[in-house]
Amino acid sequence: MATRQTQSLARLMRAPAIVLLLIWMIVPLAMTLYYSFLNYNLLNPANTSWAGFFNYQYFYTDPAFWESIWNTLVLVVGVLAITVVGGILIAMLIDKPIFGQGIVRILVISPFFVMPPVAALIWKNMIMHPSYGVFADIAKFFGAQPVDWFAQYPLFSIILIVAWQWLPFATLILLTSLQSLDGEQMEAAEMDGAPALQRFIYLTLPHMARAITVVILIQTIFLLGVYAEILVTTNGGPGNASTNLTYLIYRAARLNFDIGGAAAGGIIAVVLANICAIFLMRAVGKNLD
Amino acid sequence: MARAVSRNTRIGWTIAAWFVALLIFFPILYAIITSFKSEQEAIAGFDLIPSFTLESYREVQSQYNYFRPFMNSVIIAVGSTVLALLVAIPAAWAMAFSPTKRTKDILMWMLSTKMMPAVAVLVPIYLIFLRTGLLDTRTGLVIVLMLMNLPIVVWMLYTYFREIPGEILEAARMDGATLGQEIMHVLAPMAVPGIASTLLLNIILAWNEAFWTIQLTTTNAAPLSAFIASFSSPQGLFWAKLSAASTLAIAPILIMGWFSQKQLVRGLTFGAVK
Repeated sequence: MATRQTQSLARLMRAPAIVLLLIWMIVPLAMTLYYSFLNYNLLNPANTSWAGFFNYQYFYTDPAFWESIWNTLVLVVGVLAITVVGGILIAMLIDKPIFGQGIVRILVISPFFVMPPVAALIWKNMIMHPSYGVFADIAKFFGAQPVDWFAQYPLFSIILIVAWQWLPFATLILLTSLQSLDGEQMEAAEMDGAPALQRFIYLTLPHMARAITVVILIQTIFLLGVYAEILVTTNGGPGNASTNLTYLIYRAARLNFDIGGAAAGGIIAVVLANICAIFLMRAVGKNLD
Repeated sequence: MARAVSRNTRIGWTIAAWFVALLIFFPILYAIITSFKSEQEAIAGFDLIPSFTLESYREVQSQYNYFRPFMNSVIIAVGSTVLALLVAIPAAWAMAFSPTKRTKDILMWMLSTKMMPAVAVLVPIYLIFLRTGLLDTRTGLVIVLMLMNLPIVVWMLYTYFREIPGEILEAARMDGATLGQEIMHVLAPMAVPGIASTLLLNIILAWNEAFWTIQLTTTNAAPLSAFIASFSSPQGLFWAKLSAASTLAIAPILIMGWFSQKQLVRGLTFGAVK
């Protein structure tokens, strides 16, 4: 197939996708980098000037920045913990011989297809609302005082919503991996009298290790960018209690019109995401050969 | 599992699995139920049986012109996906059937563009849109979502195309098939399922996208994700209406999603888990 003619045709076929992505990657990123060194506010564009590293310095020394980094970490780690542990348990449960497995699967993966604003608003209004939510109804049923979740535990509430959205993803991928587990090996271990917990630790977990890694890495990339869930529930508050880095940059750019500051924050977000990306690329790259 | 399992164990696992599944599905179910309640019923405490009124659905359309964001969603999701396919099919095809030494690097690089956090380029994209008049237009969103999903589309297609055996093409050629016949009768039937799965998954991703849609639209081009996000304030939609709007927004995608479970794993893990 590799005549010169087909090769130049192949190059022609690849070119549009490569060129488009090259532009999409380089132009905005270069602009962000450039803006991050400018003193540039959309409310006062005439006063634009070179700022050097001021924006970075300003961003770093702002207590809100460190708070947002901490919140980002708590959000990512919290959601990962819930979804990975929950995903393993649910995947193993669905993998058991049960009646109506197909429907159970469908019910479990459904939250993944709910768009973030809808998911967050359903939880905010119908589940966690302090006077009309289902949680409040349950509390009242037991004679307890309903909790105002978003005021008292804002970050935890968001973790709960985001974990609900991502639990199906983790479950589905771990289930796929679980179903490729060698049944005979498992049976042999069972006949040799290995208890269930040992079978899980020495057979199931190592088999799922790769899938777990993939789940963690892919979710991390998406979880660093959680935005709509915060926007429609807490707006980042109270104070900065539920502001993550994405939300902080959004606020700088769109509510404070601080282009320079938002750009400096954006560069920091790129660095953070890249650290995660390197690990993911390694995991995926191995599979390519 | 081939082993015989006692009936009681099976019933036990079934009850546990259904309990967990219903618990996870409950928020969606409750929103669907609430959408058939009147506004008074919706805040009257826990109740799983609505009065089955369609009032909220009617009002969502008459008060908020629901049809417009819905159509925006359809146009943006389908438009961006089809455009991405047009660019990605030839590229994935070339990489799968005429790979060069650099094909793997190119694929990894494409994947890496997907890792760029959207918020990092919020400032330039917003300013470009502001200056070119693309803000709050469907065209603008189609372009952004197309570029955003292009790496996934190329990757998914690549993993499907790679499974088509190259020898089959040679065999067809030996039998004297022309290029047209080769494409029509040999390639297309094998490539179409992969393309269809890719199309489905990317419509889902574009439909649910909620960062750029909120940033780049106000009223004219706002798709459902931005439209519903705008009702987060207390004076926004009442709950029955919010539920009706939400149900309509997620129903089509939920159904598509149920059909694309398998492709979902493959598409979202870039073929790392199959």
